[in-house]
Amino acid sequence: MTRPVLLRQGRVIDPARGTDEVADVLLQDGKVAAVGRGLAAPDGADVRDVAGMVVVPGLVDVHVHLREPGNEDEETVASGARAAVAGGFTAVCAMPNTDPVTDNQAAVGFILRQSVRAGLARVYPIGAVSVGQRGERLAEFGEMASAGAVAVSDDGNPVVSGHLMRTALEYARTFGIPVADHCEEPTLAVGGAMHEGLVSARLGLKGIPAAAEEIMVARDILLAELTGGHVHLCHMSTRGSVELIRRAKERGLRVTAEVTPHHLTLTDAACEHYDTHAKMNPPLREAGDVEALRVGLRDGVIDCIASDHAPHAYDEKEAAFDEAPFGIIGLETAFGVVHTELVRSGMLPLPALIARMSTAPAALFHLPGGSLAPGAVADVCVLDVTTPWTVRPPDFHSKSRNTPFAGRELVGRAVMTIVAGRVVHEPEVG
Amino acid sequence: MTPTLGKDLVGLEHLSPEQIRLILDTAEPFKEVSERPIKKVPALRGKTIVNLFFEASTRTRISFEFAEKRLSADTVNVAASGSSVSKGETLVDTAKNLEAMRIDMVVIRHGASGAAQFLGERIRSNVINAGDGKHEHPTQGLLDMLTIRDTLGRIEGVKVCLVGDILHSRVARSNVWGLTKLGAEVAVCGPRTLLPRGIEQLGVRVFGRIEEAVEWADVLNVLRLQLERMEKGFIPSLREYYRVFGVTVERLARAPRRLTIMHPGPMNRGVEIDSRVADGPHSVILNQVTNGVAVRMAVLYLLAGGRPELADAAKGTGSVAE
Repeated sequence: MTRPVLLRQGRVIDPARGTDEVADVLLQDGKVAAVGRGLAAPDGADVRDVAGMVVVPGLVDVHVHLREPGNEDEETVASGARAAVAGGFTAVCAMPNTDPVTDNQAAVGFILRQSVRAGLARVYPIGAVSVGQRGERLAEFGEMASAGAVAVSDDGNPVVSGHLMRTALEYARTFGIPVADHCEEPTLAVGGAMHEGLVSARLGLKGIPAAAEEIMVARDILLAELTGGHVHLCHMSTRGSVELIRRAKERGLRVTAEVTPHHLTLTDAACEHYDTHAKMNPPLREAGDVEALRVGLRDGVIDCIASDHAPHAYDEKEAAFDEAPFGIIGLETAFGVVHTELVRSGMLPLPALIARMSTAPAALFHLPGGSLAPGAVADVCVLDVTTPWTVRPPDFHSKSRNTPFAGRELVGRAVMTIVAGRVVHEPEVG
Repeated sequence: MTPTLGKDLVGLEHLSPEQIRLILDTAEPFKEVSERPIKKVPALRGKTIVNLFFEASTRTRISFEFAEKRLSADTVNVAASGSSVSKGETLVDTAKNLEAMRIDMVVIRHGASGAAQFLGERIRSNVINAGDGKHEHPTQGLLDMLTIRDTLGRIEGVKVCLVGDILHSRVARSNVWGLTKLGAEVAVCGPRTLLPRGIEQLGVRVFGRIEEAVEWADVLNVLRLQLERMEKGFIPSLREYYRVFGVTVERLARAPRRLTIMHPGPMNRGVEIDSRVADGPHSVILNQVTNGVAVRMAVLYLLAGGRPELADAAKGTGSVAE
C-alpha cells in the first residue's frame, strides 16, 4: 500500500476546476483525497512542504515516440517513461511507428505491459491506422482499443489516401477514439529537409513548403465534416494551418490540434550551419508562423502542447543535413522551454499553459488525469517556476541526446512527479 | 593588413570582398606557371592532399589535381566507387580516418549540401569545397569571376545573368555571393520551376524570359540543364527548354551590346546552349577552364599559409611560409 502524500502550502493550479490558490493537496489510495487549507496529515503520511512551488495535475503528452520494439538503443518504454516523469509528465501516448508496427492488439498489449513493468509514467499506446502503416487497409481498431489503445495514427507518415482517412474517421467513431494525422502532402514534401524559404534557398537544401501541411489540414477538416469523426492534427507548424483550424472550430467541427515546444520557439534560422538538431518534420518555419502558433495556442485554436519526442542515436544525427533523420527529443525540456518563452514573456498565463499541457490533452484522448478534483487519479506534478537551470543533454534520462536546446538556460522544471499517489521522480538535491 | 582565408574554403557567402580579391589577385601570378614548359613550382612541396570525390567529376577533379601537382604537393585521389564509402562508411568515419593519416588538405565533392562544412568542423586539415550538393562550388565561382575580370577588365558594375537551373545549382549560389560582394549586378533567368522561391531577397534580379536577359546583360553564365530535371517534372521537355530558354545565335544577335558567354561545363549542346554560341567569338568557356587551374593554385597556396606577396617569389624557389 502506498503511503498517503500531503503536499503542503503549494500554489495549486487546477485548470479542470479553474482554481489557482495556495492550498494543501492530500493524495491517498491512488486518488486525490482533498485539496484545501490546513489539511491534517493522516497516520504515516509522507508530508512535503512545497511552499513557493506550483502543484498541478501531472502533465500529459499525447505524442511521443518510444522506439520499443525495434530501436531499443534509442529509447525504450521504460527509459521514455523515466524521461517523461523527469519532465513532469505523468502520462504519455506512444506512437505506433515501432518495428514491428504497433498495429494489432498483441502489440498494444506489449507496450502496456512494458509500461506497467517500468512503473513510472503511464504509457498509453496509440495503434496504427493502417496495417503496417502502409496506408492501404485499416488496422483492427476495435481489438486495439479494447487492448488499451487510446487513439490511432500512422504518424511518421501521413494518411495519404483520402479514402483511407475517411474510413478511419468513420470507423473510429464506434470506439470513441481520435484519428491523429501527420499532415503532409507527400508529393510536395518529397526529398525536403527543411522549411522552404530563404534559408533553404541559401543553404541549398530542398524545402518543404507550408502548403504541404496546409493541404492535408484542409483535407482532414473536410473529411471530419463529412464523417463526424474526431480528427486530431499532429504538430501544427504553419500560420495557414492555424487559420484553417480556427475556421473549422468556428463551424463546430470535431477538429483538435497540437503544437510542439520547438515549433513555438524556433525558426528555420536554427538550421543555419547545417545543424541536424534543427532537422524535424514538420520543419521549423518562419517568425510569422511561430507568432501565429503562439496566438493559436493562447486562443485555444490549438488545443494542446505535445513534444513529438523523437529519439535518435547520436551518430545518426552526426551526418550531413540531408542524410540525418528527422526529429528531436523533448520530454525533459518541454515545460521549461514553453514556460521560459511564453509564460515568462507574458504571452500565456501559467494556468493556461497547465491547461494546454495537462487538462486539455487528457480530455482529447479520454485519459484519466488532468484534474485535481477529489476522486481524480493522484497524478500530480510539483513545478519550480523560479530557479534557472541549464539544459545538459548528458544529464537526460532519455537514452538519446538529440536536442536543439543544449546549453539553453531555462526557468521551469519538475521537482516532484507523482503517479497514482506514488512519488516517481525527485531530482537529487544539489 | 593583408586578409587571410582561415582554415577552410567552404563557400563564398561568408567571405569578405577583400578575401575574394585576395584569391583573385593571388591567382594572377600563378597563371603564368601553366604556360611554362616545366609546369611546376615548389610552393607546396611536402604537403599531402586528398581529393575526395563522392560524386563523379572530370573537369573539377582534374583541375584540382593539376593545381596541386603544379605546386609540387603529393596527392591522392579517392573516388566514392571502389572506396570504403561504397561499403557504407559514414562521412564522419572517412574524415576521422583521413585525419589519422595526418594529411594537410582535403578537397571534397559531395552530393549533400553542407558536407564540406561538416568535414571542416571535424578535422584539423584544411578543407576545400569542390561542390557540395546544391549549396556552393566556390572555386567555380572564383574562376568565373577571374574570367569576367580578364575579359571586361573589371567586376564592379558588370551585369551578369545566370541562365537555367538556379534551384539545383551550386555554381549559381557561389556566383551570386561572389559577384554581388564585388559590386557586380546579378540576375537570374530560367523557368520559374527552377528558380528558388525568395531568390530576389538575395539581391538579384529575376528575368522570366531569356530575351529580357539578353537585353540587360553584359555576361551570360549559362548553366547546365540536367536531364533529370525533365524526368522529375520541372520542365516538360529538353526540346521546349531549348526553344524557350536556349542561348542561340539568333537571340544573341539582338543584344544591344557585346555579350560574353560563359558556361561552367559540361555543356549540353543544343539544350541550354547553341553550339554556334559555345564555339563562337563571344565564348570564353575555355578561358574559364584555364583560369580554373590558376584559381585553385591560389586557394591551395593561401590555405596552406602562403603569403600573397610571396606568390610571385614562390613560383621560383621559395617554399610556403608556415
